[in-house]
Amino acid sequence: MAKRAAPEVNAGSMADIAFLLLIFFLVTTTIETDSGINRKLPPIEDNTEPPIIKQRNIFTVLINGKNQLMVEEELTELKDLRQAAIDFLDNNADGSCSYCNGKKEENSSVNPDKAIISLKNERETSYEMYISVQNELVAAYNELRNRLAKSRYGKSFIEMQADYKDVNWPGNKEKLKGQIDQIKLDYPMKLSEVQ
Amino acid sequence: MSKFKKKKSGEVPAVSTASLPDIVFMLLFFFMVATVMRQNTLMIENNLPFADQVEKLDKKDLVMYIYAGKPSDNYKQYGTEARIQLNDKFANVSDIAAFIAAERDSKREELVPFLTTALKVDSKSNMGLIMDIKQELRKVNALKINYTTKKGSVLNK
Repeated sequence: MAKRAAPEVNAGSMADIAFLLLIFFLVTTTIETDSGINRKLPPIEDNTEPPIIKQRNIFTVLINGKNQLMVEEELTELKDLRQAAIDFLDNNADGSCSYCNGKKEENSSVNPDKAIISLKNERETSYEMYISVQNELVAAYNELRNRLAKSRYGKSFIEMQADYKDVNWPGNKEKLKGQIDQIKLDYPMKLSEVQ
Repeated sequence: MSKFKKKKSGEVPAVSTASLPDIVFMLLFFFMVATVMRQNTLMIENNLPFADQVEKLDKKDLVMYIYAGKPSDNYKQYGTEARIQLNDKFANVSDIAAFIAAERDSKREELVPFLTTALKVDSKSNMGLIMDIKQELRKVNALKINYTTKKGSVLNK
């Protein structure tokens, strides 16, 4: 058999393919955004009288210079912090919170509106530990809010927030905003940092 | 017989390179789009801590970045203590107020209340430095802050 030369490949459509790919990547690539824990610092107030808060309504979290965690005067592991915070916030001793299912213990918080988490750290505490503790405390609030949102509106608080930010979400944004704010009010994030 | 000898046998024609510029341009465009421009050259180690309860920090133009951490290997002459970096140079805690004021000036006035300060701090730093930064931010009333983290679980380290 005689060998035949392969016919030359037509390269005219190569540019089209290239542009197709280019447009595909343009559409699908999302530029990486930073993410993190949002916090609001307290404004500097000149010697206003601090409000008197009952000891039972304060959940003290202390991180010492050796990155050990003390929660309510007890040495605690980081993994137990979230549950301890949830138990405290959800305690509902005076029964005024209809959506809580806490244990109503006498020496824990009265209701979620009164409950305050107080976080204190030392100068030697590592940033990593501090962020871990912050993360666990935020997680405790998020878990409670998720539970409430699930029972009330059938979807979690995180999903509701995602829907609110989604421009393509078809539902009523005004109503959703109201629902989100209501849940934020029902479990207010009262996290105070000792300076 | 001569009918079959018209073409030289055995030689493969050269592959057309006409489309090579297109491919190169495509790659160029892709990288142009996907690359995040770093505003500042980091002179410090910046190994962010992990967290999983994070919120996205969108609206990039409304974010002021404060970096902190140990000076990296090339800047050993600045010591081994954690330092603050603002823009392209090392700074002291007292420089933060001026930095915030300059950032605010560069933004449109109606956007100033929405400015967020992102703290990109090395996970090995001590809280003392961060407490100083926070105190300084409170003084200039820049109260919205964000501890920038990487996504990951905090428990299994």
